[in-house]
Amino acid sequence: MAQTTMKRGPVSGTAIDRATRRRRPFLIDLYSTAVGKKYVMAITGIGLLGFVLFHMIGNLKMYFGAQDLNHYAHFLERLLYPILPEKYALWLMRGGLATMALLHIHAAYTLTVINRHARPVKYQSERDYQVASFASRTMRYTGIIVLLFVIWHLLDLTFGAGSVNSYVGTKDAEGLKDVYGAVAFSLNRVPVAIFYVLANIALGTHLFHGVWSLFQSLGWNNPRFNKWRRAVATSFATIIVVGNVSFPIAVLAGVVG
Amino acid sequence: MTITFNSKIPAGAIGDKWATYKEDAKLVAPGNKRKFKVIVVGTGLAGASAAATMAELGYQVDVFTFHDSPRRAHSIAAQGGINAAKNYQGDGDSVHRLFYDTIKGGDFRSRESNVHRLAEVSVNIIDQMVAQGVPFAREYGGLLDNRSFGGAQVSRTFYARGQTGQQLLLGAYQQLARQIGLGNVRMFNRTELVDVVTVDDRCAGIVTRDLVNGEVVSHAAHAVVMATGGYGNVFYLSTNAMACNVTAAWRAHRKGAAFANPCYTQIHPTCIPQSDPTQSKLTLMSESLRNDGRVWVPTNADESRSADQVPEAERDYILERLYPSYGNLAPRDVSSRAAKRAVDAGLGVGPLKNGVYLDFSDAVNRLGKDVVEERYGNLFQMYERIAGENPYDVPMRIYPATHYTMGGLWVDYELMTNIPGLYAAGEANFSDHGANRLGASALMQGLADGYFVLPYTIGNYLAPMLNKPIPGTDHPAFKEAELAAAARYQGYVDIKGSRSPDYFHREVGRIIWDYCGMERTQQGLEKALSELPALYEEFQKDLRVTGDAESMNQTLEKAGRVDDFFQLGMLMCRDALEREESCGGHFRAEYQTDEGEALRNDEDFAHVAAWEWTGDPTKSVRHSEELNFEAIHLATRSYK
Amino acid sequence: MSNHLKNLKLKIWRQSGPTDSGHFENYVMDEISDEASFLEMLDVLNEGLIGENKLPVVFDHDCREGICGTCSLMINGQAHGPERSTATCQLHMRKFKSGDEIVIEPWRASAFPIIKDLMVDRSAFDRIIESGGFITAPTGGAPDANLIPIPKTVADAAMDASQCIGCGACVAACPNGAANLFTGAKIAHLNLLPQGQAERFKRTEAMVETMDEYFGSCTNHGECEAACPKEISIDVIALMNKDYRQSKLKNRKEISRT
Repeated sequence: MAQTTMKRGPVSGTAIDRATRRRRPFLIDLYSTAVGKKYVMAITGIGLLGFVLFHMIGNLKMYFGAQDLNHYAHFLERLLYPILPEKYALWLMRGGLATMALLHIHAAYTLTVINRHARPVKYQSERDYQVASFASRTMRYTGIIVLLFVIWHLLDLTFGAGSVNSYVGTKDAEGLKDVYGAVAFSLNRVPVAIFYVLANIALGTHLFHGVWSLFQSLGWNNPRFNKWRRAVATSFATIIVVGNVSFPIAVLAGVVG
Repeated sequence: MTITFNSKIPAGAIGDKWATYKEDAKLVAPGNKRKFKVIVVGTGLAGASAAATMAELGYQVDVFTFHDSPRRAHSIAAQGGINAAKNYQGDGDSVHRLFYDTIKGGDFRSRESNVHRLAEVSVNIIDQMVAQGVPFAREYGGLLDNRSFGGAQVSRTFYARGQTGQQLLLGAYQQLARQIGLGNVRMFNRTELVDVVTVDDRCAGIVTRDLVNGEVVSHAAHAVVMATGGYGNVFYLSTNAMACNVTAAWRAHRKGAAFANPCYTQIHPTCIPQSDPTQSKLTLMSESLRNDGRVWVPTNADESRSADQVPEAERDYILERLYPSYGNLAPRDVSSRAAKRAVDAGLGVGPLKNGVYLDFSDAVNRLGKDVVEERYGNLFQMYERIAGENPYDVPMRIYPATHYTMGGLWVDYELMTNIPGLYAAGEANFSDHGANRLGASALMQGLADGYFVLPYTIGNYLAPMLNKPIPGTDHPAFKEAELAAAARYQGYVDIKGSRSPDYFHREVGRIIWDYCGMERTQQGLEKALSELPALYEEFQKDLRVTGDAESMNQTLEKAGRVDDFFQLGMLMCRDALEREESCGGHFRAEYQTDEGEALRNDEDFAHVAAWEWTGDPTKSVRHSEELNFEAIHLATRSYK
Repeated sequence: MSNHLKNLKLKIWRQSGPTDSGHFENYVMDEISDEASFLEMLDVLNEGLIGENKLPVVFDHDCREGICGTCSLMINGQAHGPERSTATCQLHMRKFKSGDEIVIEPWRASAFPIIKDLMVDRSAFDRIIESGGFITAPTGGAPDANLIPIPKTVADAAMDASQCIGCGACVAACPNGAANLFTGAKIAHLNLLPQGQAERFKRTEAMVETMDEYFGSCTNHGECEAACPKEISIDVIALMNKDYRQSKLKNRKEISRT
């Protein structure tokens, strides 16, 4: 980022070198500017939102009992089977999600660096923010919390890394993976449940600003629906938080498990 | 230098002069234009448009502004609109009528040929500005909307809400920015002109001071354009921006450029009255407000009720009563004096009894609040912020304030001063408004000069200079001017007296306002001419500027400007004293009709007073340029 | 009638030049009329400082009627101070009360280096305009102004955006030091008008990328809109984002044709 220097003297020809700029492939070109990075943030954000929503909906099956949830997990593993071998579609989706998450994080990181450079000397007096919300100002922190949680969550319930969750791998009566049991085992541990709840509140906060923000970043602006953007963001975040937080509570309360 | 005043008016009928001039003007071939350097000082409407157009033509252009950005010039504050003889409303407008209105509005003290050209190119300005993306107000059908303004019986004023000046300036600024980006203009910001350099009686360049580091530098050029605005800040309290000053024009004057009609200053009728002694400036409320607002004062000097409690019978709608055919849209000078008389008679309103009402209650009832808001919303908001009262409920209080100066550097038909190669455009010259400017004509003149006049006339001057060397900045005249300028600024620092430049500015302003303001008398002017030199002497002995001349020092900038205001103030009073008549903005109490209207003396004063600098501001020499009225008959101005 | 405020505590940033590290200095304003504007209050302070043979506080200001955009102060943590849609010069002391502490800082952004005290250099804005914030319209070649009708709603929307005074409050208020509101406003102004269509995408691409060289990125806090003295809506940012995306596609098509 160019720093404005205090060199005195005439200014001229400031737009000349733009005309001869070398062009790069479209995506790299787009990603090279902050506005382009925000596009990446928004588009990967939408992908991750979809995952978060369907993940929650899938998990709601635990309220219908172990069989429903375990069948659903099995269904995911056999998605598109026999077109693709078992688990291939699942891994493709996982790969897609991981790519989106990485891009989302990379864009966030580089934008943060840009923003730090844009104001190297902070205001020396206290800022009196007018509209910037708690959510908007803590995006990078809520994002980090969610990331740490996702890592834990994968170790805990997806891979069942030995000491993290010894129940993972256990089969149910039908011989399918007992996902239901693994969830109940995990969330019955109070510290895990607390972490789960806090992480989901962080996720909700992140979504509260993120969902609204993506409309702006993608330039989806229309006076007719603008007033709904905030409502969409609020309800989406609320649905996710309420749904997800209900699971540990249900487990601890003995409704599930 | 001996002064010659050849106005170079082309021959022919009034309507043909400009066409004839353009046909006969010498041209510089496209490939040769880059061999010429033109300096433009100031980036308001006139400066920015002239610089952009000349750069686009191919000249090398250096532009100077004392602001941080060319977009800040005070043209930006014009609110109401810009006139043009488009006759889009089909209400009988024409170039001739705009020409006639401008001459009449100027009380027959302007040069016919220049004014006619202004009226002719006015139509091109609107086309040009629309093409540049100025979002003028539109009708629902998508065509341009117009409003009417003081001194005209047609609707010919184009506007962009209450920010017409801003939108036009941004238009011109963007054209200038484009040329800067392309490398055709070199832009010097925060750089102030401190001297003009002449070599062999031609303008050879300028000397500037970098406001950030105090560096004094010379710049040589084939031609120099002064687009440096007016000198209304000589009054201290005016609607001008804080930094508006006469320094550039005055330094040119001191180098031999004649200063014309300095006493022609315009007092704008609709400003917010002063509320407090620490006040630094007055804020203008667009004259367009008079389209729908009604000016009144209570008939009883002891009126203590709030405005809405005063019954109709006890209100005096002064303008409607005195000037039935123009009513609230009477010209500025006429309206201002009516307000002053009401206040002087003790009928003023407001806590300091220093204003008159401008009442919108009829308009709100007739048009509805929405329409009024649409037309004047931002002005009302601005008024509320400053005065702390809501004009939808309580009538505005207004009072006249200095606003525009018709006088300025003398220029000929080509906008060249009497120094060859030195041009003056916009408010800095004297040419188009005579003794009084009509509303919405300042923007028109600035853009006309910059876009449509200077680019032609400068070519005519430059063409014969092709391939002839010009003096460079190593010429002794430049070195001498540099040293003098540096010494001048160091001098202010070295006085180490006890009073700030602002103190002296307030004092000069008070004297000029009291004796050379809305109403002038021989006695008052003589008093001013005895007080000013004494105060000037005190200034030279007792000025205090803290800090140094080698870094950003706003007090020092101010000191230089106040110095020049002193000298100009003395010249203004002399000019006002010697012009023994009343005309437009110059009202001498001795010369008025039985009804208290301006009484011109066409026999002796149908001329331009052009002053020559002699080294002592009280001893300048008065020259005159006769004004010949061929297309329009001299008549007594009447707005009844 | 005017009232007087007493005993104002002023905490003002003083910095002798771009390389100085700067510090807060405390001043006491014994009395000031509530009719005074904020900058007139500073004028009074400066008169006093000159009286004491001290250096007055340097601050940018000019028109004092809220339109030139020269004034630029961070007052009590808010760009242009506590009154909404108001530039510093239009802020009046009636917004404060006796005994208040008022903290005044310059705009802070790497693109706006401090020149002295409260004065900053905002030339980076000019660079953005120079790169594309115009409609190329050579003088003299314009068609009649009424040739292209512009629907009133379009003219009004363009006018809403073009009101920007270039003061820099959006950058100052933005937690990221982004200039998207400034750039978006100019892009919206010109891209909405029929006259601006020919250069629409070239303009957008050039301006966004020039902005990128100097400023931070937008994370949609909305602080800029809240600080803007002209209440320019962040809708212009969405419009800029949309046109930037399209410009990336359209400009490439243009190139591939040549």
